[in-house]
Amino acid sequence: MARLVIDPVTRIEGHLRIEAQLDGGKVSDAWSSGTMFRGMEIVLRDRDPREAWIWAQRICGVCTVVHALASVRAVENALGIDVPENARLVRNLLAGSQMVQDHVIHFYHLHALDWVDVASALKADPVKTSSIAQSISDYEKSSATYFRGIQQRVKMVVDSGQLSLFASGYWGHPAYQLPPEMNLLAVAHYLEALNFQKDFIRIHAALGGKNPHPQTFLVGGMSTAMDPNEPFAVINPERITFLQGLIKTARRFVEQVYIPDVLAVAPFYKDWFSRGEGLGNFLSYGDYAAANGDDPSTFLFPRGIVLNRDLTTVYPVDPAKITESVSHSWYEYSSGDANGRHPAEGETNPKYSGPKPPFGFLDVDKKYSWVKSPRYDGKPMEVGPLARMIVGYAAGQKDIRAAVDGVLKKLNAPASVLYSTLGRLAARAVESHLMATQLQVWLDQLSTNLDHGNVKIFNPVHWDPGTWPAKASGFGWHEAPRGSLGHWIEIGSGTIKNYQAVVPTTWNAGPRDSQGQRGAYEASLAATPVADPARPLEILRTIHSFDPCLACAVHVIDAQGREYTLPMVR
Amino acid sequence: MSIAETDLRAALARRGVSRRQLVKFCSAMLATLALPDRYLPQAVAAVTQAKKPVLVWLQFQDCTGCSESMLRSSHPEIADIVLDLFSWEYHELIMAGAGSHAVTALDRVVKEEKGNYIVVVEGGIPTADDGVYCTIGGHTAMEIADQVCRNAAATIAVGACAADGGFMRAHPNPTGSLGVQEAVPGIKIINMNGCAHNPANTAAVLVHYLTFHDMPAVDQYNRPLFAYGRIIHDQCERRAHYDAGRFVTEWGDDGHRKGWCLYKMGCKGPAATFNCPDVQWNDHTSWPIGAGHGCIACASPRFWDHMSPFYDRLPSVPGFGVETTAGNLGLGLVAATVAGVTAHGLIKLIKPAPKPPSEAPAPNETTVEV
Repeated sequence: MARLVIDPVTRIEGHLRIEAQLDGGKVSDAWSSGTMFRGMEIVLRDRDPREAWIWAQRICGVCTVVHALASVRAVENALGIDVPENARLVRNLLAGSQMVQDHVIHFYHLHALDWVDVASALKADPVKTSSIAQSISDYEKSSATYFRGIQQRVKMVVDSGQLSLFASGYWGHPAYQLPPEMNLLAVAHYLEALNFQKDFIRIHAALGGKNPHPQTFLVGGMSTAMDPNEPFAVINPERITFLQGLIKTARRFVEQVYIPDVLAVAPFYKDWFSRGEGLGNFLSYGDYAAANGDDPSTFLFPRGIVLNRDLTTVYPVDPAKITESVSHSWYEYSSGDANGRHPAEGETNPKYSGPKPPFGFLDVDKKYSWVKSPRYDGKPMEVGPLARMIVGYAAGQKDIRAAVDGVLKKLNAPASVLYSTLGRLAARAVESHLMATQLQVWLDQLSTNLDHGNVKIFNPVHWDPGTWPAKASGFGWHEAPRGSLGHWIEIGSGTIKNYQAVVPTTWNAGPRDSQGQRGAYEASLAATPVADPARPLEILRTIHSFDPCLACAVHVIDAQGREYTLPMVR
Repeated sequence: MSIAETDLRAALARRGVSRRQLVKFCSAMLATLALPDRYLPQAVAAVTQAKKPVLVWLQFQDCTGCSESMLRSSHPEIADIVLDLFSWEYHELIMAGAGSHAVTALDRVVKEEKGNYIVVVEGGIPTADDGVYCTIGGHTAMEIADQVCRNAAATIAVGACAADGGFMRAHPNPTGSLGVQEAVPGIKIINMNGCAHNPANTAAVLVHYLTFHDMPAVDQYNRPLFAYGRIIHDQCERRAHYDAGRFVTEWGDDGHRKGWCLYKMGCKGPAATFNCPDVQWNDHTSWPIGAGHGCIACASPRFWDHMSPFYDRLPSVPGFGVETTAGNLGLGLVAATVAGVTAHGLIKLIKPAPKPPSEAPAPNETTVEV
């Protein structure tokens, strides 16, 4: 029995630590710990709810946009504001493009090096790589000359003796199974994806002013003024053409590079279709209604819960059944840590009780993380692309059914392979394609409205705080790239009285709860083989398959009984 | 053929690029820095040196937005920066190894490259309660920052959080978060404020370092003057509307659709310095005011407290304390912030800070045909 510590877990957002017990070359138990805390909710108290999104967006700069969206939805829900259709469409375009962008970056820059041996690419025959590339995709960059150039570039980096980002890698690890030619293909696309992400995200600059942290949300709409005849309007025919080009590029990249690569890599790692499942419970808040009004029956990603892999029943989601436990998190509840609390009554006092740094191991029998443990009806849940695709599949959403069935057919595998490390990769790729396609639909709707002179982008009804009730509360949900996200807000006398966010990585990365139930990461690592504890590549594969985002996960706080007022300058 | 020429050819071969490609690339870098062509030989020599300068990128109390922003760099592109210009040996977001392999990579740089490497810091440093609010590998951010920054040639603090503690530092600062220059006093540091930092500016600073082995000239907040020396309001594409009294008064109104001034909607452009209107974002696609929303002064020190509420008109923003017009306020800040610097003298500022002759780098003898 040996205790393995991975800290920092790299190629993720934020600060994650995994401790794992090894027994006979396999993980017998695991603990997931978030090791950073900032206190966003304390800072938000007593500020203007209309600007909460500007702050809350800074919860995360990788999943930028998503917290801004959940925040304005929460405030609009509290104050009873309906946003114009155009604002909904612009928000969808921002959030949807974020999803495609995020998934591409995750696969190539955060996850690929778990499957791709960069050093092995040097041994590849570029002619063979070229013929593989041409057999799986119509992507234009597929000549032997192109791959030879990529190989030459890698060789120069290696020959220089300064391997940069790649110096710390696990090259030659026995768990790498791709032939050299496939490795070369993947390295080439790693570089292509770097180019893609910087070009495609100009969609956020056009509709958000900048990325990361676009700056065009408003409580009541968006600041992207529309006018078909004004050259200085943020959205005009010229900009629609610009956006059109970017969306086409995204769809092409997903169809010709990302999906073919996932389908080509997966068959070399068949073992990973039966590893890394974890909980088997999946939650999706659902998102993207077909029209204004947020009717869940029209969601692109259906709302629902699937329990114990049972695809025959999709349970409804009741917001009242969400609680957060802190029995293993560095917080204290005034009512004691035995029971969880609903986010609307969320209460947290940070209280570090871990070992004094520098430390070697956490005391995992007690409290061991800055991440709380959300539960639905007392049960731990996995959220994210896999949860969305499984809930959508079980709910019979026809686009999701067709896309998932298509991938399973190509992989010649039953639906049960979805419950795995590779299942998460496949779900993410499928979802990227659905979203890249959907972006076009939203842009067309926006363009039609513009052409017809429907330029309403903002609902001013409650911009003036003088129109607000003395007290109001609400919540905003969003299916972010990493899963189900919720913000809860309480407004009193025109300012924020309480703010709580329960985010995707809190669901997935949380520690045990008071019943001792493991979180999704912890459960997923059970029985993972570890060939070489000094190079725990296998653990990284499963953890990375969730696309962890720890800055999101750790931020929750509401220090009861403490009084905060706006600083007088300051 | 001179020896220098032979070396250059060898260096080019090593990079696998033609002379033409190399010169083109270096010219583009000089353009980023607004430097004249006479620096080209120096730039070429910098890019083709046998050993690439070592860089490590630390993340503390961050949202990783500044790492993401760096990935969006277009001139030069990020792959060129991390693979060809620098040896980018530690960066948790994108490095290959994890856990002990990552820690070892950082330790190696601190020991073996002591005094010669660049460290970029992203995120604030929590100092309350002995630093328990951010640990990496069981060590506090404070401890890591102290060790890595003190042994570096220079520190580049990217983003509002690393510059001054960012939103964590906003009242009541529950974790005692500070920027790097306060948490690790006395180090050589340059601050790239902004939320996020603009990669065009940070890339320029990196290229400047590569070319001149020094950081560009800075203001009293240690921000490079080439990027933070001018008032946003003075460079704003909507400035003519301000001067003519044409203001947006409600989101989505006629003036908003026509691109009028956002001052009355809370824009902080008159109180903020940054080259945002000029370099813009994401390969010069747009910027917040261009997208119809007011500036939040994200490149200003302690902007979260000092510039909020973000939708209040400037004179009522606490901190200025006087009834004044936006125009006067802007003028006052010019005087206070960049004393003695004329707004349009920017190009002159990009030159390296003057040094005594004894410390000046040796003249470069490489000659390049352009």
